[in-house]
Amino acid sequence: MSFEVPEDCRYLDSHEWARSEDGTVRVGISDFAQDELGDVVFVELPSEGEEITKGDDFGVVESIKAVSDLYAPISGTVTAINDDLVDAPELVNDDPYGDGWMLEVDIDDESELDALLSPEEYGDQIA
Amino acid sequence: MTERTPPLHGVHEARGATFTEFGGWDMPVEFDSIRTEHEAVREDAGIFDVSHMGEIEVSGPDAERLMQRLTTNDVGALSPGQAQYAMITDEDGIILDDTVVYQLPDGSTHDAEYLFVPNAGHDEQMYDRWVSHRDEWGLDATVENVTDEYAMFAVQGPEAEALLLDAVADDKRTTVCDCSRFQAEAVSVAGVDSLIARTGYTGEDGFELVVPWDEAEAVWEAFDCQPCGLGARDTLRIEMGFLLSGQDFHSEDNPRNPYEAGVAFTVKLDTEFVGRDALERADAEGVEQKLCGFRLVDRGVPRHGYEVTDIDGDRIGEVTSGTMSPTLDMPIGLAYLPVEYRSPGVNVYVTVRGESKKAQTQALPFLDR
Repeated sequence: MSFEVPEDCRYLDSHEWARSEDGTVRVGISDFAQDELGDVVFVELPSEGEEITKGDDFGVVESIKAVSDLYAPISGTVTAINDDLVDAPELVNDDPYGDGWMLEVDIDDESELDALLSPEEYGDQIA
Repeated sequence: MTERTPPLHGVHEARGATFTEFGGWDMPVEFDSIRTEHEAVREDAGIFDVSHMGEIEVSGPDAERLMQRLTTNDVGALSPGQAQYAMITDEDGIILDDTVVYQLPDGSTHDAEYLFVPNAGHDEQMYDRWVSHRDEWGLDATVENVTDEYAMFAVQGPEAEALLLDAVADDKRTTVCDCSRFQAEAVSVAGVDSLIARTGYTGEDGFELVVPWDEAEAVWEAFDCQPCGLGARDTLRIEMGFLLSGQDFHSEDNPRNPYEAGVAFTVKLDTEFVGRDALERADAEGVEQKLCGFRLVDRGVPRHGYEVTDIDGDRIGEVTSGTMSPTLDMPIGLAYLPVEYRSPGVNVYVTVRGESKKAQTQALPFLDR
């Protein structure tokens, strides 16, 4: 089984991704992570304006079979959360890098992105 | 410890299943997704490989006596081709395991009068229990652990009967149609001599099939329906409030008697069995806690081991099983609570990862079937 690892994202070894777009950074979980969890039923996210810190947990994802902490791939201020996940948590399974995104973050230090795993490194990790 | 594997492990692997350790067996937990598999069983049909279930055969002049004295239900009430759900209890009436006892039908290839099905990983313990009690009581009975000789499948769902009809010879179709709940028949399925029983663990109509280990694949392949893993088996049984051995009761970690576990209907006090006297007292005195259903009102998913508290935050119990119900789209669970919490609609709280979440007791089963 092979999993999607988009070239425009950087990854944390705990399977979160971060992608820089239009002056903000989007965060979510990888295709591999959503497959491991199975049917996502509930996502608990921080509120807008909260600070997240790289490596610390920022939320929880519950699937039918498991519960898992979410870890921040970067530090910064949450500027938006994906409200669609409240009524449609399955978006995390259906489109983990697209409609299943979780947070938009105003990143403190852009260079934190470079320190994350490259698509190639992350692809090797889950291979 | 080396894990035991079902005969079709490789077949399931090729189909893309993921596996989990369960009761010492490496079993498929998910083929596609729990939700997909769960919905297939509720709306159409699904097939489960439950070869991790034990099979123990008992025969001989004292077979009935031995079965009667080690299970809580009335084995004497069975006739050939009938099955019953029963508890296996110790002297104190504590449930060691739950099981289905079959009085084998005429024409069965099983060379025994009785077959009973302990849970995964309990077969050796129950075999030893049967043998030691037989010897202690001086009974004339043969006990054989045939767990590694038979695969077991469950075909469940509204379309299960139609699927089984397609897999049997024309002259056996009436036998399948006439097979009522908890009845068992010896039938050739896909050309393989099998024991079929109208039983299951999902709340849907369906059959469980006991088939020879080496011929299991032909039977499995004869059912063109959704393969299902232990994940969906768990969500389906929780919706029905069915017990899971080792989780909703455990002789050491969570010792419970049948009255606490809500299975008083399996206890026949007018029969003689190990634990009877203790259960007669428990029945007369009443129990302090009972297995209750609840749903979370707040967002979250209750899981095994989570604490249940009252409105003051005082601990009143612990979740034994919980999930997000795919059918009801609602987080549901089971917990032993003081009997005053038994009636539906009582507010309780479940501590989900450090946070107190509002919940409400619910009547069991969660799903009307």
